[in-house]
Amino acid sequence: MKILVCITNVPDTTAKITFTDNDTKLNKAGVQFIIGPYDDYALARAVELKEQLGGSVTVLHVGEAEADPQIRKALAIGADDAIRINADPVDSYFTAAQIAHIASENKYDLILMGRESIDFNSGVVHGLVGEMLGIPSYSPVMKLEISGTTATLAREIDGGKETLTAELPLVLGCQEPISEWKIPNMRGIMTARTKPLVVVEPVSVEEMTIPEQYSLPAPKGACRMIPASEAETLIKLLRTEAKVI
Amino acid sequence: MSVLIFVELDNGSVKKTSLEAVAYGAEVAKLTGTTATVLALGAAETSALEQTGNFGATKVLHVSDEKLSHENSLAYADVLAQAVQQENSKVIIISKSGLGDAVAARASAKLKAGIVSGVTELPVIDNGFSVKRSIYTGKAFSTVEVKSDIKILVVKKNAIEALEGTGIAKIESFTPTLRDSDFLASVGQIEKASSELSLTEADIIVSGGRGMKGPDNWQPLLDFAHALGAATGCSKPVSDLDWRPHHEHIGQTGIKVAPNLYIACGISGAIQHLAGVNGSKYIVVINKDPEAPFFKAADYGIVGDIFDVLPKLTKAVQDLK
Ligand SMILES: Cc1cc2nc3c(=O)[nH]c(=O)nc-3n(C[C@H](O)[C@H](O)[C@H](O)COP(=O)(O)OP(=O)(O)OC[C@H]3O[C@@H](n4cnc5c(N)ncnc54)[C@H](O)[C@@H]3O)c2cc1C
Ligand SMILES: Nc1ncnc2c1ncn2[C@@H]1O[C@H](COP(=O)(O)O)[C@@H](O)[C@H]1O
Repeated sequence: MKILVCITNVPDTTAKITFTDNDTKLNKAGVQFIIGPYDDYALARAVELKEQLGGSVTVLHVGEAEADPQIRKALAIGADDAIRINADPVDSYFTAAQIAHIASENKYDLILMGRESIDFNSGVVHGLVGEMLGIPSYSPVMKLEISGTTATLAREIDGGKETLTAELPLVLGCQEPISEWKIPNMRGIMTARTKPLVVVEPVSVEEMTIPEQYSLPAPKGACRMIPASEAETLIKLLRTEAKVI
Repeated sequence: MSVLIFVELDNGSVKKTSLEAVAYGAEVAKLTGTTATVLALGAAETSALEQTGNFGATKVLHVSDEKLSHENSLAYADVLAQAVQQENSKVIIISKSGLGDAVAARASAKLKAGIVSGVTELPVIDNGFSVKRSIYTGKAFSTVEVKSDIKILVVKKNAIEALEGTGIAKIESFTPTLRDSDFLASVGQIEKASSELSLTEADIIVSGGRGMKGPDNWQPLLDFAHALGAATGCSKPVSDLDWRPHHEHIGQTGIKVAPNLYIACGISGAIQHLAGVNGSKYIVVINKDPEAPFFKAADYGIVGDIFDVLPKLTKAVQDLK
């Protein structure tokens, strides 16, 4: 079983987002970066599947060297080797084309990703990669079992879930409860230092979209407090003032 | 050249979020001097398809093949690409959902079309084509210039106010080539709580957190939601503890919702929870702790015990009727 796990390097979920350079760049000062939380589920399940079935787990990131600590963390969690495509991706199409290029050269049985990145929240890279490789993609996947060359998975559909059986190779976008986040142990951290991290240059891709400018939401007005003893007043205000009920 | 809008069906009718996408597509059609065409796949009520006319569509391409009644992003993207070719469409509109993103992604790779997901406003079309989208889970926005000839916009709920007017959409049947390779997966069990209102479609959501104190205490919250005709949601620990089903989990790592009214009961307002609700028009917070961070993100607040406040609110709603 050869598994590829694609990870993002994103601001911590509690990070305050601000911009610099006339709102054209993320202000990274004081921001802690993490492996995307959904990617972390994908990685955890990949490591479990490898323990169960044998094979290898490769992590892949499209981004610059600042992501190396997160890639090392993925190795410490249990991936065997890593590839970083040295580019600052402009959009999902670019990222997907890089991943598809690596995948077409290496014939993975499974390509696991997060359901979405928490910086761009697009939820499209898995579908793009699947189509570029001509193989099925499913997301969000909440349960994944492999037996031989067949995958049984549960995925979320609007207001519920369904079970699917499909033949490998597949591209899957993962979310909880597919697995539980893994924390690297001391041995993992030690061995991660010597595991291979290969840096490759990107292939060229047509320009589809260009980010021009970032902005922040308008600040929220003050909260109107209603005493608990007059809770009914809330319902009146929702009807007459906010007009939402 | 028409703007093509991919809609999702639910039991033969067009989902509300998709009707919003139709209204959005009709506005884009006005801006680009063309018309709006809807693409609907699978079994559908004729009246439901015609209703898209009230939101500005002039034509509906309907593929009535039963094979397409089951959610299948591979086949849907295939059909969408064929419709784009037939209509010579340059702009494709899809409402944001797991399915919408998957269809958009696969169609983007087929058509070599630039894709922008999470769009929150109408595009600005003067010298180019730029559009605003939500990023960092609602903490920021990005304005993006779309360069490709064909453009796919995946639109968030409430990106525009979808006003229902009157109009007639002409229904045409469309017979694309379906590929066997898109139907290889076999579908097993489907667990769908069909009676419940879906969170992503709901106008009102009542949501509970750890302050509900256990799985057996939800009746007052359910009663309140029922009185309002609201869907119910919860915080992550609540679904982790199995007090409520996983598909109700709202936030950064759960479902992102954008109702007109979000009512949080006994939820502290951690930044990861707020990330899933910051698209809501109005937020109400009920919490016994006046320092709960959620009040900073709220429009209306009550400091009090949920078990004392909720029955009063339910009664007040019932009295409105
Ligand atoms: C990577 C990551 C991702 C995460 N993703 C999510 C996510 O998607 N969604 C999410 O929700 N969380 C998420 N979390 C967890 C988040 O940080 C918080 O722990 C969680 O939201 C807290 O849930 P809560 O508000 O229900 O519980 P608590 O923080 O325990 O708050 C309970 C609240 O109830 C109030 N209360 C108690 N009793 C009463 C009463 N009788 N009447 C009125 N009020 C009462 C208390 O004052 C308190 O404010 C994530 C965390 C991490 C690290
Ligand atoms: N720069 C990247 N490098 C590697 N994987 C990525 C990158 N961007 C996105 N992905 C993968 O694609 C998934 C979906 O991302 P997105 O479409 O941006 O929401 C993520 O959870 C990752 O698994």
